[in-house]
Amino acid sequence: MCLAVPGKIIEIYESNGLKMSKIDFGGVTREACLEYVPEAKIGDYALIHVGFVLNLVDEAEAQETLRLLDEISAAGGSAPAEL
Amino acid sequence: MKYTSEYREAALVQGVMEEIRRTVKHPWVLMEICGGQTHAIMRYGLDQLLPPEIELVHGPGCPVCVTSLELIDKALAIASRPEVIFTSYGDMLRVPGSGRDLFSVRAEGGDVRVVYSPLDAVKLAQQNPDRQVVFFAIGFETTAPANAMSILQAKSLGLKNFSVLVSHVCVPPAIHAILGSPNNRVQGFLLAGHVCTVMGYWQYPEIARLYSVPMAVTGFEPLDLAHGILATVRLLETGQVEVVNTYGRAVTMDGNRPAQQVIQRVFMDCDRKWRGIGMIPASGWKLRPEFSELDAEQRFSVGEIQPEESPICIAGQILQGLKKPHDCPAFGTLCTPEHPLGATMVSSEGACAAYYRYHGSIQEEITK
Ligand code: SF4
Repeated sequence: MCLAVPGKIIEIYESNGLKMSKIDFGGVTREACLEYVPEAKIGDYALIHVGFVLNLVDEAEAQETLRLLDEISAAGGSAPAEL
Repeated sequence: MKYTSEYREAALVQGVMEEIRRTVKHPWVLMEICGGQTHAIMRYGLDQLLPPEIELVHGPGCPVCVTSLELIDKALAIASRPEVIFTSYGDMLRVPGSGRDLFSVRAEGGDVRVVYSPLDAVKLAQQNPDRQVVFFAIGFETTAPANAMSILQAKSLGLKNFSVLVSHVCVPPAIHAILGSPNNRVQGFLLAGHVCTVMGYWQYPEIARLYSVPMAVTGFEPLDLAHGILATVRLLETGQVEVVNTYGRAVTMDGNRPAQQVIQRVFMDCDRKWRGIGMIPASGWKLRPEFSELDAEQRFSVGEIQPEESPICIAGQILQGLKKPHDCPAFGTLCTPEHPLGATMVSSEGACAAYYRYHGSIQEEITK
């Protein structure tokens, strides 16, 4: 129920007085309300839940986490202690 | 797909699992609070990749499972009325009330419809001015921004034929209830990532310190879950009572402020009864008085309802981490997803349904 799915914002418009967007989920397009993330731009990746954009995916954080887990995974016993 | 497939890579997940094996020295009981995480753990067989020292128990973070029987029965009564179009998220349709569910109301001629977003329910009200559209507003903090916005929207459009049956529940009071119980077994928590996307995680360090239970904000993909478990085990093994964020791409300390403001405008705290667990003080949200004209409970008087719960079901103990689905005598025999006796067998995020569907084999292979 609380699953939010990442997708790419491909269009921004207004409908019924609300800021709305079209989101591309790897080929499938759906509408999502953008009222809670008004700073979003076309091309941004966002997390969408029951037709609402909840936030933008933080690209730098995503990279950093993957790098860290990659290191842990490759370290074979001498992984960095930070997490 | 971006931000999905990277987090399902088998080699990476195995590598993090290996690090968990190297780190763990003592037996620990961890709880994932969110049903979406329970489902992912079972779907990818992550519980079977963990070292035997680590036991995962499954929390009450599935709104379909914990919505009280009284409220389901009220929903059934309202949905049966001829003037009503009753709208709900799909999972709610099969939740057993006292004797029947929303599907059977539909089979008997009730107009019950599944919506993807609560704004779709508002649209239905605009399109059907001669009908009463009721939306079943259930969910945790993740769903509240959407439900709250649909209520604001209906009010600003001046819709007289839209109302909501509200049953919102909140995570922090549930964690208090679990950790404060004398029977508690949980030693570490995986916090529900998307609840924290909305609310942030500033409330949790205080709870962690109060009960000496470390926590990790955790995402939903296999790699996210392995990461959250590793972080929690590291804290436990080094005796640190902290809250760490392992889901940084989606969660900040403060969360989404505009969403929190709209939630505050529409909802206020209330005591709420959780199915199988009972009353938890200040654990829910209800409509503020300014919005009472949109309250379906007031618009449709449904009278006194005396709910009847199946006497066999132990879902309440499962949701508090005290028992596992296998401990229930009805599991897989009297109680199956086709004929659920309790709510945890209905939703794909309920622990009983997730065990029934996936346990015993790694069903969905993590991408090689
Ligand atoms: S198996 Fe069915 S009856 Fe038993 S606890 Fe789970 S939902 Fe309840």
